[in-house]
Amino acid sequence: MGTTQSGILYGRLPLAEYEANFSDLHPPLDRHEALVAADRCYFCHDAPCMTACPTSIDIPLFIRQIATGNPIGSAKTIFDQNILGGMCARVCPTETLCEQACVRNTAEERPVEIGRLQRYSTDVAMKENKQFYARADATGRRIAVVGAGPAGLACAHRLAVKGHDVVIYDAREKSGGLNEYGIAAYKTVDDFAQREVDYVLSIGGIEVRHDQALGRDFSLADLAEQYDAVFLGLGLAGVNALRIEGENAEGVEDAVDFIAALRQSKTKADIPVGRRVVVLGGGMTAIDAAVQAKLLGAEEVTICYRRGKEHMNASEFEQDLAASKGVTIRHWLQPKRIAVKDGKVAGIELEYTTLENGKLTTTGETGIIAAEQIFKAIGQTFQASGLGALRMESGRIVVDAEGRTSLAKVWAGGDCVLGGEDLTVSAVAMGRDSAESINRAFAAAAPLASAVA
Amino acid sequence: MADLRNNFVGIKSPNPFWLASAPPTDKAYNVERAFKAGWGGVVWKTLGEEGPPVVNVNGPRYGAIWGADRRLLGLNNIELITDRDLYVNLREMKQVKMNWPDRALIASIMVPCEEQAWKAILPLVEETGADGIELNFGCPHGMSERGMGSAVGQVPEYIEMVVRWCKQYTRMPVITKLTPNITDIRKPARAAKAGGTDAVSLINTINSITSVNLDTFSPEPSIDGRGSHGGYCGPAVKPIALNMVAEIARDPETYGLPISGIGGITTWRDAAEFLALGAGNVQVCTAAMTYGFKIVQEMISGLSDWMDAKGHRTLDDICGRAVPNVTDWQYLNLNYVAKAKIDQDACIKCGRCHIACEDTSHQAITQFVNGVRHFEVIEEECVGCNLCVNVCPVENCITMEPLAAGTLDKRTGKPVDPNYANWTTHPNNPMARQAAE
Repeated sequence: MGTTQSGILYGRLPLAEYEANFSDLHPPLDRHEALVAADRCYFCHDAPCMTACPTSIDIPLFIRQIATGNPIGSAKTIFDQNILGGMCARVCPTETLCEQACVRNTAEERPVEIGRLQRYSTDVAMKENKQFYARADATGRRIAVVGAGPAGLACAHRLAVKGHDVVIYDAREKSGGLNEYGIAAYKTVDDFAQREVDYVLSIGGIEVRHDQALGRDFSLADLAEQYDAVFLGLGLAGVNALRIEGENAEGVEDAVDFIAALRQSKTKADIPVGRRVVVLGGGMTAIDAAVQAKLLGAEEVTICYRRGKEHMNASEFEQDLAASKGVTIRHWLQPKRIAVKDGKVAGIELEYTTLENGKLTTTGETGIIAAEQIFKAIGQTFQASGLGALRMESGRIVVDAEGRTSLAKVWAGGDCVLGGEDLTVSAVAMGRDSAESINRAFAAAAPLASAVA
Repeated sequence: MADLRNNFVGIKSPNPFWLASAPPTDKAYNVERAFKAGWGGVVWKTLGEEGPPVVNVNGPRYGAIWGADRRLLGLNNIELITDRDLYVNLREMKQVKMNWPDRALIASIMVPCEEQAWKAILPLVEETGADGIELNFGCPHGMSERGMGSAVGQVPEYIEMVVRWCKQYTRMPVITKLTPNITDIRKPARAAKAGGTDAVSLINTINSITSVNLDTFSPEPSIDGRGSHGGYCGPAVKPIALNMVAEIARDPETYGLPISGIGGITTWRDAAEFLALGAGNVQVCTAAMTYGFKIVQEMISGLSDWMDAKGHRTLDDICGRAVPNVTDWQYLNLNYVAKAKIDQDACIKCGRCHIACEDTSHQAITQFVNGVRHFEVIEEECVGCNLCVNVCPVENCITMEPLAAGTLDKRTGKPVDPNYANWTTHPNNPMARQAAE
């Protein structure tokens, strides 16, 4: 079984090979491995790793709790700051966050394995279904959250803890947002995203309504009228276009759709892939698409990025991962034209680029890479509708430090806001902080409500 | 190439590394392996009197504590003296000594505190060709409940009495092994000397409970849900042992009494430190029980290479070299001033020096300088306590730098006095004032 035939085909590999290819990228640490890894932590004061974490998890404390045989306490330390600590342990680019800041890098160029340790304790707690939080007395306040992604879930959970009731509206049929649809399959196996959603929602007081899209099924004004507060935690539904000849040919696809389809497929054998694939872009999405195309059995996968290696948004680790899987990364190449034969992609013509006085220009030299499938991963946009008079800038929602938008009663966080970082962990931080802000606003509005008795 | 040959009270061995009387020296099989690995001598596991041998527990005999990466730091043991027949041991000792004539073979002995018992066993041991005997006055568990081991070692009069019997009934050199489970180690050492001992060896193990099982609330090691104190040894006891060795080495009454140093010796460095504090050789157990007999090779090469590097030719060149530098607190130079210094190139910015100093000491290390994470000693506050050096995970990143005489001590605002001055003459010392008046 298996085929190297041309065309966009599924079933290029034997089933067992799919399973092996899409298994856990970083297998979980067992207890012994976790203890050995935890031993390396120095319990730094005002630890740089903690400062580097967007959710400010007390990393030295949770690692010391692992080292002293208290993984449950460790998990609570993590969840106190980041209720999606399980997913973040899997998908955070730790090499540019906590692990980059680890002081062990200075001495040994090998950080403490913070991400894997975080996964260890959160796995222990979630496996035991250990619930750390109880809801405060019901406040009677109701909040609408738009988007059941990391920002929305983190916000909803913190609000539920405070005793408020939450309704989450999500356009998709499953909760999780990018955790469910937008991350390479080998980073989060065994349906972890849904298990995590269940774990988060088990706090109670959170209702999720699926297939409910803002602008189509309801407007922001509707929510503001019906609820005491609204949190907008939307993702980026739009995809940038190439705007070149041949873009509509069969075989030109959005990388995000490919990634989402892979995540929803159980065996991956039903996901078609070309023999020769080109991925356009330089971010994590490009890497996720390219690596997975290779893992599906594509013979040649080439990432083409229009700037240099140093400009790529994908981390060094991700680039190395791609290279180790056999993906070729080429720089300074800008798409010029897609070659089409019989309505199908046959290749892509690219033009070399260079920086002149800081400005990207083409050199006039061109070349063609043969390909039958091209993935676009050149950025996503926030497709806003139904937001009314909400203040936007550069196509994103403007918020202040605690997530307040230009409208009273409306907060926002995650990828949809200006300054959003395209990171699960940052989205969690913004959702959590907005919940705190909403809670403070409620308290300020009715200062005596709980003090009367 | 340094000469590591050892002559300890006339007992010769190719190097100063002996295996202490303990499980590793209980039978010929182990001792043969030890000699093959290069050990200079062994003290055969303690022999008891003729008759039915002692019995051991059949559950766990050891408890432990660990450092990072589960490195064994301290071991606790409730095993008794040899539980093999006396004559089996004697036969094996004789054969091993014949096989390894250049190695030291010492018999450790523990029999009841009766003259007849000692008189009976000594000729049997002598007949094996053993090079000497070690009197086990140290074991703190089990045998002590029967009036032996540390029960003898805790009563100087008994020590003196038994040593005298031994000197009377054997020509073999007598090494008296001391228990650390006493208040003043000099007392039993003086008693042993008064009895005529040729040497003392120390320390034996320390009374200890290593841990408690938090599920069953039984001390560890747990025998059917109950535990007993055991004898503690391993790297954790080294500082205690070093002090006791030094106390005997510098006591005018025992000055010059040969000492076989024991207690947590794990590396050549540990051994060299015992020798420097007055030990004539060393005995090792826990390190071998942790890593196997091969570790002696590291000890031999390490000691030899260090001696070569420092120009020491024989063990006599180093033995006791640190003893004159051991003194009482009251004689320490109060005019000596040192300040911590952080090597910024070596610093990994973990911040532990800062928080240790800030929370628990003298607020003498910065955390930020000009808004940047930066750890630097504030000389105006630094008392030179050395805590930062000890908590720093990077060796030699923080050092204690003495201030030269005449330079300004920013903490006191005074120049460093070049003269030695100690507490005995210090103006704040009421005794000193009385003396002056």
